[in-house]
Amino acid sequence: MDKIIVLAGAVGLIGLIYWFFLGKKDEDGQVMTDVKVTVSGGYSPALVKVPAGKEVTITLTRTDPTDCLEEFTIPDLKIKKSLPMNEDVVLKLKVNKGEYPWHCGMNMYHGKLIAV
Amino acid sequence: MALRNEHVPWEIDCRMTKTFSITGMHCASCAVNIQRVLRKLPGVAAATVNFATEKAQVEYDPEQVDEVKINEAIRPLGYAIAGEKKIDEVARWKWKFIVGGVISVISIWGSFTGMSWSILLVLATISQFGVGWDFYRTTWASLRNRMANMDVLIAIGTSVAYGYSAAVTLFGVKGEPYFDTSVTIIALIILGKWLEARARGKTSEAIKKLMGLQPKTAKVIRDGKEMEIEIEKIVVGDKIRVRPGEKVPVDGVVESGETSIDESMVTGESIPVYKHEGDTVIGGTLNTTGTVIFTAKKVGSETMLAQIIKMVEEAQASRAPIQKLVDVISGYFVPVVLMLAVATFAGWYVFGSAFGGMLAAIAVLIIACPCALGLATPTALVVGTGLAAQHGILIKDAEALEIAHKINHVVFDKTGTLTEGKPVVTDIKGSLDFARDDILALAASLEAGSEHPLAKAILEAAEKAALQLAKVEKFEGLAGEGVKGIINKKEYRLGKPLAETDEIKKLESEGKTVVVLGIKEKTLGVIAIADTIRETAKEAVAQLQKQKIEVSLITGDNPRTAAAIADQLGIKRYFAQVLPADKEKAVRQLQAEGKTVAMVGDGVNDAPALSAANVGIAMATGTDVAMEAAGITLVNKDLRSIPLALKLSRATLWKIKTNLFWAFGYNVILIPVAALGLLSPILASAAMATSSLSVVTNSLLLKRIKLA
Repeated sequence: MDKIIVLAGAVGLIGLIYWFFLGKKDEDGQVMTDVKVTVSGGYSPALVKVPAGKEVTITLTRTDPTDCLEEFTIPDLKIKKSLPMNEDVVLKLKVNKGEYPWHCGMNMYHGKLIAV
Repeated sequence: MALRNEHVPWEIDCRMTKTFSITGMHCASCAVNIQRVLRKLPGVAAATVNFATEKAQVEYDPEQVDEVKINEAIRPLGYAIAGEKKIDEVARWKWKFIVGGVISVISIWGSFTGMSWSILLVLATISQFGVGWDFYRTTWASLRNRMANMDVLIAIGTSVAYGYSAAVTLFGVKGEPYFDTSVTIIALIILGKWLEARARGKTSEAIKKLMGLQPKTAKVIRDGKEMEIEIEKIVVGDKIRVRPGEKVPVDGVVESGETSIDESMVTGESIPVYKHEGDTVIGGTLNTTGTVIFTAKKVGSETMLAQIIKMVEEAQASRAPIQKLVDVISGYFVPVVLMLAVATFAGWYVFGSAFGGMLAAIAVLIIACPCALGLATPTALVVGTGLAAQHGILIKDAEALEIAHKINHVVFDKTGTLTEGKPVVTDIKGSLDFARDDILALAASLEAGSEHPLAKAILEAAEKAALQLAKVEKFEGLAGEGVKGIINKKEYRLGKPLAETDEIKKLESEGKTVVVLGIKEKTLGVIAIADTIRETAKEAVAQLQKQKIEVSLITGDNPRTAAAIADQLGIKRYFAQVLPADKEKAVRQLQAEGKTVAMVGDGVNDAPALSAANVGIAMATGTDVAMEAAGITLVNKDLRSIPLALKLSRATLWKIKTNLFWAFGYNVILIPVAALGLLSPILASAAMATSSLSVVTNSLLLKRIKLA
């Protein structure tokens, strides 16, 4: 009996992990030209929508000392920035329509810039 | 003059100059603010801050001020020294490891010698929530965003081991406590982080060296007076004096004087380059022998050095196509490992024991190393592109680097690439009615105003012979064929020979380009022009062939001249009589034959061909290095940089591949091994600590590659 309970619990826990980490839906964010992203345990918001072809400002503020978050990379835009703790790092961009994923220095935390 | 601080007399000998990377600057006024604060700082003799390069050069007395104090001074303004934080990070991990290591040793010794469980619990609690606090903090921050990284796995794994042992000690739960497991895992993981932080700092040494090249002041001559000003205040057109031992502050053209300049730090050219009036000088290079005065042509972010730094930084931020799979996997990695750990425990519970399941699940959590995967490509890319830049090779992005390693055919444009691009008239053959000077004068008259290299050679020869040029009417350019025009009511044509004579054949077989002056079909005279082959061309071709890369030549010359040049260089295949617009077709023809082609050109006239090639390699002209059509730009004129660039790209790709193989293999093999209970959690943490370190170390070994 205890084995069945453990198995059922494990299946439930696996489902919970899947839902918690992989089942989240991208927030339907507003299209903005001035975005502030807090960098702590990932990126908040992790999805940024901006208008294509217009200059936009993205301000990144890291409040988490985790070392891999110190580096911020948008490979498709060839942008790599060092994010000092508790300081604003401002990116001024003008991008074409498309999706531009970003990630931390070790590719463990992810986010996305969408130009619409 | 750079402002001197009154707190520190200028005579102090122990002062030092250091360049710091400053983060947080948004505009030029940020640089001014930082500069103002630094100059007021006791102990700072001089400070200049460059917004374009995000650098501060500070001359200071280390007895009174250090990097930490400088950082503290600018921090309230919202800026920081990037390198200083890295030093902090390395030191932080070091101290945490020392404390964690001591606790680990005592715990292991205590568990063998029967030390009180309560003492072991106290030590483990210090380790878990003191030394290992970072793992919890990151976990909490990550979970709030429904994200996870490696620290989440460590926090859960060690918490299970610690929680179980604490429950045995405090509540009498059946079993033995395993305090040594949690404390040793924490100590070993932190050891790995410490060593990795140290090694990662070394990967970007090359770009840091480039950034430190620019001097902070320059001696400018204004209104006839020489004054020392900050480099940011130099404007285009300023006359700047550079004495032996001083660095050239910005890009410019020599007005007077002669000297030799060591350009190795920027172009990779090992021998100092002789410079005299009219020659280009590059900011950041070192003047060695004489004094020159030059006119500033490019300042700030326009200088060659600033462009090089920007290109290298962009390349290092780019994505290699080989990275795609990692990008996909990294999004799922940690959640999948968490699920595997749960499944491992359940499997063991059903088919083995709960205790065995717990240890196996901990081992699964601890052994998984997503960071090795994340570091595999970028670290090799940073080392590879940095190393290339030190040799005067600028790689545009990771994609160019990745394609470059597959190149099996290099096609060289002849003029200006394999040759110096400065042709000179070598032979003039007249006829009965037209003496040599008449031929040259008429030819020069027809070519007056033309920018074509061959035309320039004719004009220079006429100028040297002090010949008078005639007025040309109804001038007409004949695309790829030559020119024609009316002089003294007679229509002359200058261009390719219409018929081949023995004389012409002989000249062409010597690798000379022959142009004929004639009236209608009649030939009046022949001019032969030759371009000097670059010193390094033959060796570059030989090195490429040694690398089993085919080499061909592309030229507008006729087949005989092309064959002669190809023969001199040991090139077996050539494309002759190719009009500039058709070079692209030649490249496509090679690609249709199944070859992966690199086209080498000057990046200006042959941009379509460079773009059509799998990798375009451009020789930078003057101080312009940003060539849109080129995947690789050579800052120096040394053609041996081409085999070097291809060798380096292969070596970098090999490092990326071995890193990825290791990182994938490590996780794919060791996670199942841990799940089967064949690996203790402590061994798992030791493996985990060395995995990302070995990836970074493997990338750093790229620096040892023999490039000669």
